[in-house]
Amino acid sequence: MTTSPLLDASGVAKNYGAVAALRDASLSVLPGEVHALMGANGAGKSTLVKILTGAISANAGRILIRGEARDIRSPAAARRAGLLPVYQEPSLIPDLDVLSNLRLTGTPVEPFRAWVRELGIPDLDLRDTARDIPLAVLRVLDLARALAVEPDVLLLDEMTAALPANLAEKVLEVVRRQGDAGRSVIFISHRFVEIAALCDRATVLRDGATVGVVDIEPGVEEKIVELMLGTRIVKTHVAARSVADKARPPARPRITVKNLRVGTKLSDVSFDLADGEVAGVVALEGQGQDELFAALAGSIKPSGGTIEVDGSPVKFTHPIDAIRSGIAYVPGDRSEALAMQRSVRENIALPFSAALRNWGPIHMRKERATVASAIERLQIDTRAQGEVQRLSGGNQQKVTIARWIAADARTILCFDPTRGIDVGTKQEIYHLMRELAGNGKSVLFYTSELEEVQRVCDRVIVIFGGRLVDIFPVEEADEPALMRAAYGLPRGAKADVGILADPHSSTQASNASDAAEATP
Amino acid sequence: MSSTAITPSPLPLGRRAKRFMADRPLIPLIILLVILVVILQILRPGIVNERWIANTIKFAIPLAILAGCQTMTMLTGGIDLSVGTVATMSAFIMATQIVNQDPAVAFLLAMMPAVLIGLVNGIGVGVFRVHPLIMTLGTTLIGTGCLQVYQRTVIASGAKIPDFLAWLGTGVTPMLGFALPNALLLFVPLAALIVFTLARTGFGRLLYAVGDNERATRLSGVQYWQVITALYVTSSLLAGITGLLYIGLIKAPSLSLAEPLVLPSVAAAVIGGTSIFGGRGGYTGTIIGALILTVLTTLLTILQMPEGARRILFGLIVLFVTAAYLRIVEDK
Amino acid sequence: MNHFLRRQGWVTGLFALLIVLFIATKIIQPGYGSGDFGSLARAVLPYAFAVAAQTVVVIAGGIDLSVAAMMALTSVTAASMMAGASEEYALFVVPFVLAMGFVLGAFNGLLIVVTRVPDIVVTLAMLFVLQGAALLVLGAPGGGAAEWLKALISGTVPIPGLPAAIDAWLPKALLVLIVCLCVIWIPLRRSRLGLSIYAIGSSELAAFRSGVPVARTRVIAYALSGLFAAMGGLALTMSTGIGAPIPGPYLLASVAAVVLGGVALGGGKGGLLGPIVAVFVLRLVRTDLTLLAIDPNVTAIIEGAIMVAVVMFGAFITMRGRQ
Repeated sequence: MTTSPLLDASGVAKNYGAVAALRDASLSVLPGEVHALMGANGAGKSTLVKILTGAISANAGRILIRGEARDIRSPAAARRAGLLPVYQEPSLIPDLDVLSNLRLTGTPVEPFRAWVRELGIPDLDLRDTARDIPLAVLRVLDLARALAVEPDVLLLDEMTAALPANLAEKVLEVVRRQGDAGRSVIFISHRFVEIAALCDRATVLRDGATVGVVDIEPGVEEKIVELMLGTRIVKTHVAARSVADKARPPARPRITVKNLRVGTKLSDVSFDLADGEVAGVVALEGQGQDELFAALAGSIKPSGGTIEVDGSPVKFTHPIDAIRSGIAYVPGDRSEALAMQRSVRENIALPFSAALRNWGPIHMRKERATVASAIERLQIDTRAQGEVQRLSGGNQQKVTIARWIAADARTILCFDPTRGIDVGTKQEIYHLMRELAGNGKSVLFYTSELEEVQRVCDRVIVIFGGRLVDIFPVEEADEPALMRAAYGLPRGAKADVGILADPHSSTQASNASDAAEATP
Repeated sequence: MSSTAITPSPLPLGRRAKRFMADRPLIPLIILLVILVVILQILRPGIVNERWIANTIKFAIPLAILAGCQTMTMLTGGIDLSVGTVATMSAFIMATQIVNQDPAVAFLLAMMPAVLIGLVNGIGVGVFRVHPLIMTLGTTLIGTGCLQVYQRTVIASGAKIPDFLAWLGTGVTPMLGFALPNALLLFVPLAALIVFTLARTGFGRLLYAVGDNERATRLSGVQYWQVITALYVTSSLLAGITGLLYIGLIKAPSLSLAEPLVLPSVAAAVIGGTSIFGGRGGYTGTIIGALILTVLTTLLTILQMPEGARRILFGLIVLFVTAAYLRIVEDK
Repeated sequence: MNHFLRRQGWVTGLFALLIVLFIATKIIQPGYGSGDFGSLARAVLPYAFAVAAQTVVVIAGGIDLSVAAMMALTSVTAASMMAGASEEYALFVVPFVLAMGFVLGAFNGLLIVVTRVPDIVVTLAMLFVLQGAALLVLGAPGGGAAEWLKALISGTVPIPGLPAAIDAWLPKALLVLIVCLCVIWIPLRRSRLGLSIYAIGSSELAAFRSGVPVARTRVIAYALSGLFAAMGGLALTMSTGIGAPIPGPYLLASVAAVVLGGVALGGGKGGLLGPIVAVFVLRLVRTDLTLLAIDPNVTAIIEGAIMVAVVMFGAFITMRGRQ
């Protein structure tokens, strides 16, 4: 095609303090094209989307719309420029009815109604309050609202997630027809099948930069996976583990999870965790791993299934219950775990004061000794003694783990502990996890970086769409296999459920049935 | 999110100054206090003498204890507006019950409403998660109502100020060539206890931690409602004790005895460097804050500044200090 | 009908409660008549405006602690301006005071938006400032009010063609309240601005993504709150004939009535009708307690306890809603 692009973004960069979320992203969308935007977790997809839709502003880069440079400062400005997003979380105002929501955004009602019918919802009452509408329908309404103003570029973020099969089908059909009508769609999805069925080209992001633009054609799946992973596709070494370690008879399970269900986010997940092992959890963003960890940590109550600790079933109502069972949770977001304005010592010693009987005077010498040994063990750089917020990210992360080492927790749930920290610290954390396992502790380790699996884990649990896809022994968990599994394609199914397979294949269907549960 | 760590460059002067303020808030406070005293001395040469100092301390102490209540509640991100009413209730009940009762019984009776109000505050804030401001304002209303009803029942028996309280509130004891107010006998151990609690006990730790990051404390196994309930009961007890001290100082029981101290107590804690958002601050700063406000009040009186202007000033101080504090924190 | 019930169910319940209370009043005091209803309406007037002021900001997801202080300031300003002045001068005073409330309210909002200090702290500081300003305007209760203003809320509305018996149940104060609130609220509710106020209270993120100017809307919500508070201040001056610099118990009362009126303390929900009916309910409870010859101070305790219970209940509901 020689037509000039409708949307042309280049050199887009965004920093959050010292962290670069986007370094050099570019995206060029032709008129009438359905363009996929792909990338592994943290590659910068969502940041790019936010910049394109005016939710945040870029530090550098150029955005041309129909060849004209536009400065998109707010969602309203993006709207005027003809760029309309449909976010993963519906952006209808929950407490207003549908009609008021339309008026708020200046959306014409009749075209909206027409689109809603077209998208497979014949009996919508515009007087319904958004809060009372099921999530799946709400997402479709969001789409219809965007379609009603006939935008030049429609940006769909995981549009079919949480949609039952019939709605998803309609949505995909409508999206395809948008392209035929000469309008463009940017389509973000984790589902290869949809991308294969729908898109013309795909832009792949990795580490905040665009690493390739590919035409969607048979066999491109491998290439996309390769682009997403970068050069790391070479098989990394399996973590050195002593033979004795391997030969040990399987220990009694420390934690057994049976048919765990949390709302609509997690369903029917079963696995166990033994003493002396590091079990990895691999999943794309928002596939239910957050809920899994929160349920094990006692932060949320599961809606079904059982958790057994040392063979006896437990019901956690507060994290203190989990802690009493020896289960400690290290959240992925450090700001969630640390009292940032307090010292390293106070942060590490925090669990000691939690119980009512420990509210009295603190035995300072004993505390110092315990904390010092934990600091020593994790090699925390405490030169910036004053406040935890002055430590580097890596050291902060170590503090969150040191707390539970000082408290001698038997099981540690680590949620992506190496996100956004330097390579050296990462190595130390891998080492620490192995060491903990060697001492008979158990670790459940969610990671967004697949290469870590080989370095640290004994087994890998892969979750997709709130369901267990597979449990790999580490020997078989090379990155391409994990990546495929993370996209919902189980081991050995590659030939059948590849990128160009029938869109109504098994994974699709199972997801659809998940979503159908979400719709009361 | 992928990360590219940037090595920290030497901090610019402005940020260093902010860091200094954040680390050592006491030094600028003491400087401010000295400046105020100097201004006072310039405006009224000779006013700053031994008697004036003793007087200033006497009036600063009740304020400082109430500001201690605010400091502790503010560390958790709360506020306790009921301290004025609680202090008044204790004082009033003490002054009226002492007429017919044994001092110990009168004391226990005087402390009862403090415990009750603290308990209600704590449950409202800790269990029901009502905003502390609204909750303590509500109990203030109820407390005031109860006090008015109580007043009618004791109107016949009259009131007197126990000699001991008068001695504690107004008396001075010459010591080492200085006339030291007797109130220090109560205040010094109390202040030491508060400072120790905040710095060296599990409870104190939790106050800071809960105010800094409640989610983190929850993940560490802390039960929020326990901490908050204990906190508001403690705060109320302190307020009750302040009431007893204050009645000894003012010597006139009334239904709005300690009410004028409420706003200054908030202001003293804020000036003293305790963050109204929680997690940062300490009691020593608050004590100096209370002294600053007492001196400032003298100064405003000398300048014949009306009560209205003083309130405006207190309001602006709270707003300005909070906004400034926010800048320091954001620029970490 | 279904929609109406679901949305107005709470308000309907409140109305029913109000009627029950009226019947109870009539039983306690068979002589309760139109005159008493008139004084109830007059007593409600400042509370109702305070509640309206609080309602607007709570719907927008905020809270305004300076409502009572704002009423005190506007009241003393009006009273001191009108003291000894001509009747016509009041024609200037009224719009001036209303404008003052609007501007001060907007200032509240601006401070919140610009300094990013939480609303609760900003309005607390403003509570001190406005209280101080009120004391500067009038050191002690005093001032005056134009006669026609006082007459505006006393007596009944003579409507030709209506029998005097019904006429007597239409106190002017009620009419003033209804007119003032409707003139502002109904156009607001129907406008895009009104929708925006609900939107930022309901979900700031969704509102931002829908293209709502969040900061501007918030400032306007506080300005409207100031305007209503100024009306409340004027109502105080009109009913007492003077201005008092010490704020009345309107802050907690306004929060309690907002919660009782079905407006969630998280924002985005409810309307103005519910809180206004709630004010009548709370006032009538007071009347009944007084009629039952209960010590007025005990009445104050019961009232305070009801308010605290309502606020706790509201917080509990909000907490449940979040889970």
